[in-house]
Amino acid sequence: MNGEIPGTPNGDVPSLGDIMPKGGVGGSCSEGYRVKLEIFEGPLDLLLYLIRRDEIDIYDIPMTNITGQYMEYLDIMRMLDLDIASDFLVMAATLIYIKSRMLLPPEEREEEEEEEYDPRMDLVRQLLEYRKFKDVATQLQAMEEEREKLFRRAEQDNLPKGEQPALDVGIFELLSAFSEVLKRSDAGKLREIVEDRFTVSDRIVYILGMLRKSAAIKFYSLFTDAASRTEIVVTFLALLELMRSKKVRVRQERAFDPIEIITCSA
Amino acid sequence: MNDIKTIIEALLFVTGEPLAPKDIADILSDGERVRTRDVMNAIDELKAEYAGTGRSFAIENIAGGYRLHTLPRFERWIAKLFKQPTKSRLSQPSLETLAIIAYRQPITRVEIERVRGVNVDGVIRSLMDRGLITIRGRKPVAGRPFLYLTTREFLEHFGLKDLGELPMAEELRKSITRTKETTLEVNSSGAEGSTDENRPAGREDS
Repeated sequence: MNGEIPGTPNGDVPSLGDIMPKGGVGGSCSEGYRVKLEIFEGPLDLLLYLIRRDEIDIYDIPMTNITGQYMEYLDIMRMLDLDIASDFLVMAATLIYIKSRMLLPPEEREEEEEEEYDPRMDLVRQLLEYRKFKDVATQLQAMEEEREKLFRRAEQDNLPKGEQPALDVGIFELLSAFSEVLKRSDAGKLREIVEDRFTVSDRIVYILGMLRKSAAIKFYSLFTDAASRTEIVVTFLALLELMRSKKVRVRQERAFDPIEIITCSA
Repeated sequence: MNDIKTIIEALLFVTGEPLAPKDIADILSDGERVRTRDVMNAIDELKAEYAGTGRSFAIENIAGGYRLHTLPRFERWIAKLFKQPTKSRLSQPSLETLAIIAYRQPITRVEIERVRGVNVDGVIRSLMDRGLITIRGRKPVAGRPFLYLTTREFLEHFGLKDLGELPMAEELRKSITRTKETTLEVNSSGAEGSTDENRPAGREDS
């Protein structure tokens, strides 16, 4: 999605004759998708809107009514040719499920429970919780606006830090260190269940974040936490990219010392 | 004592990042030990002085440190000086996601999505890019998902001293949505599923 690397080598500049807007021009392709979603931020947002608009008691939601309204909105969105995120469809299914549950006669297991079981309960909890965060988000926004009126001293770059560069590490040393990491990871117990999705740019942010906290990080420490081979590879690619764009340098004190990564101060 | 005050003023004058009282004390300790308490007292005096003499700036306590900033009413002129349009504000989805992370940290992506009801991949990425959140470790459950936390920059962005200053902090830290996962962890005891994992990890230091 957003995996573009700053300054990819093949500089294929579109010729002037090339007017056809092909799929994704630069990084803007993902923007269109986000704009579409902004009508309602999500299914919960839409439900809260319907509840507010029709002055519905949130603790006693008329399921038939609200499901109908909700589906109507999905239809409108479909008509406008908006990309309906799967989250909206999941909620539609949930609503229909709750609605049908309420039509069914109560099950036996409810006798055991003290309180009467209401199939809407989970949804109501979720709505209430989401609404609280929505309110707080509004407050945060106000705080953000207040902050904009205050100014502080601008960043300075005149603070020199005396540090001598040690041995720079070549690409082959780095690759062999990398293959060590991969070998080690094979031995370990790697499982992939819930997949965290990585892109090189994610990992760049991650590495830079680590470097913000400490001046130098050990090469191996980048991978100690890795849950999958893909992650190791992507992290390594991110490191290479950072080196290429001269954001970081890789060095070691002496040969066979642990390899370290530092930011390029210049 | 008088001396300490002016030195602190000089230190605050040159730094843009919040200065922790302990760091100031360390700098001031030259031979004999200056206590953090003395530093804080001196800062209080400075604060009162600035307010009393109508200065255009003040000292704020933010993200665990002290910093000078200009007063809001000078915004108009300073903005002209920098010729900078207003900083890009956070979008509504970003604010909501950030709020959830702030109150429930450390939290996984899936847990955030459970509250918001939508995918938060893109939002998380942009919050990471802005340095407002960070990854700290992984949750020891299947798949070892990343745990997200707010950063010190987050506190600074909203002008907070620490996470306790968030609005409705007490109320929102507790989860009211009982999910399969939390019920299991709480070994299906009754009522509200308020697990310990939801307690914020205190303020960010780095």
